[in-house]
Amino acid sequence: MWKSHLRYAVIAGVAALLGVVACSPSHPPRPAAKKANNRKPAPNFALKDASGKVVQLADYKGKVVLLDFWATWCGPCKIEIPWFTEFQRKYKDRGFEVLGVSMDDDGWKSVTPFVAEKKINYRIVMGNDETGDQFGGLEALPTTFVIDRSGRIASVHVGLTNKKDFSDAIEELLEDPVQSARSATVGFNRGGANGAQPGHRAEPHS
Amino acid sequence: MAPNLAIAPSPTVKAKKGSTATITVKATLPPGFHANSNTPTDEYLIPLTLKWTGGPLQVGAITYPKGSQEKYSFSQKPLSVVTGEFAISTQFKVPANAATGAAAQNGTLRYQACNDRMCFAPKTVPVMLSLDIE
Repeated sequence: MWKSHLRYAVIAGVAALLGVVACSPSHPPRPAAKKANNRKPAPNFALKDASGKVVQLADYKGKVVLLDFWATWCGPCKIEIPWFTEFQRKYKDRGFEVLGVSMDDDGWKSVTPFVAEKKINYRIVMGNDETGDQFGGLEALPTTFVIDRSGRIASVHVGLTNKKDFSDAIEELLEDPVQSARSATVGFNRGGANGAQPGHRAEPHS
Repeated sequence: MAPNLAIAPSPTVKAKKGSTATITVKATLPPGFHANSNTPTDEYLIPLTLKWTGGPLQVGAITYPKGSQEKYSFSQKPLSVVTGEFAISTQFKVPANAATGAAAQNGTLRYQACNDRMCFAPKTVPVMLSLDIE
């Protein structure tokens, strides 16, 4: 009898717990990207790639961009990089690009062999503290911004993130016809500071 | 958010001219964070490094803590890391012609810390030993 009551109590408890979790306001279904009217322009920058060519973020206007701040000494970055290589291959033909910004102090000395070793198939540029400040002061790596075709930050991911969170955000932005239409009128913030104000971290999407 | 490595203040070390001394620097990382040991398992990782940059003592061997092998969600193999409180010892020789009295031996400790989801930029913190040379 007592055992039977205990069994029902346990079942009821588990069911209640599952119900609470399922209905909890802290676990609502979450869109992969912020709503378009909540997005702020990504700061523009001009940084050099391995060949010395100056690359501006504004050059990518009209494309969905995954902007990854990383470093060769960052373990969690090394988990995400193969995903980004896959995304570059998978989505490139749909107007998508990955752009990696290395924050290595010793520059290409570490980055060049790393890029070759990991077979990175997207462009890498060399970042600096100023770039980090433009994006809200990057306190931790990896920090990844998913940017819509209009040059606005749709999601921010600080630290190791689920692969699906990235792919959901990318797919959502690639499939949004409104963004394609708007890309002609909304641009990158060439002044630098914006939705990721210097000294103010952009709201992480996590 | 970024962890600060705390260096324990060291008591004044009495050092006799012409003698040798082993002096230990104690440092502490906050819970939940780790730093690479002096011998990380990956060539791209930044090792824990103590450098003595100035002072009256002649610097000998530096002995780092043996890294513990820890597995993290982002690493396919265990990493050699230090966590919590750890100590680094240095053998010094006090030159026979060192000036008598109070002195300081200065150095820097470079480390690069992570938690199980993210990493923080390498930092270099000052280290100072107070000496009383006799």
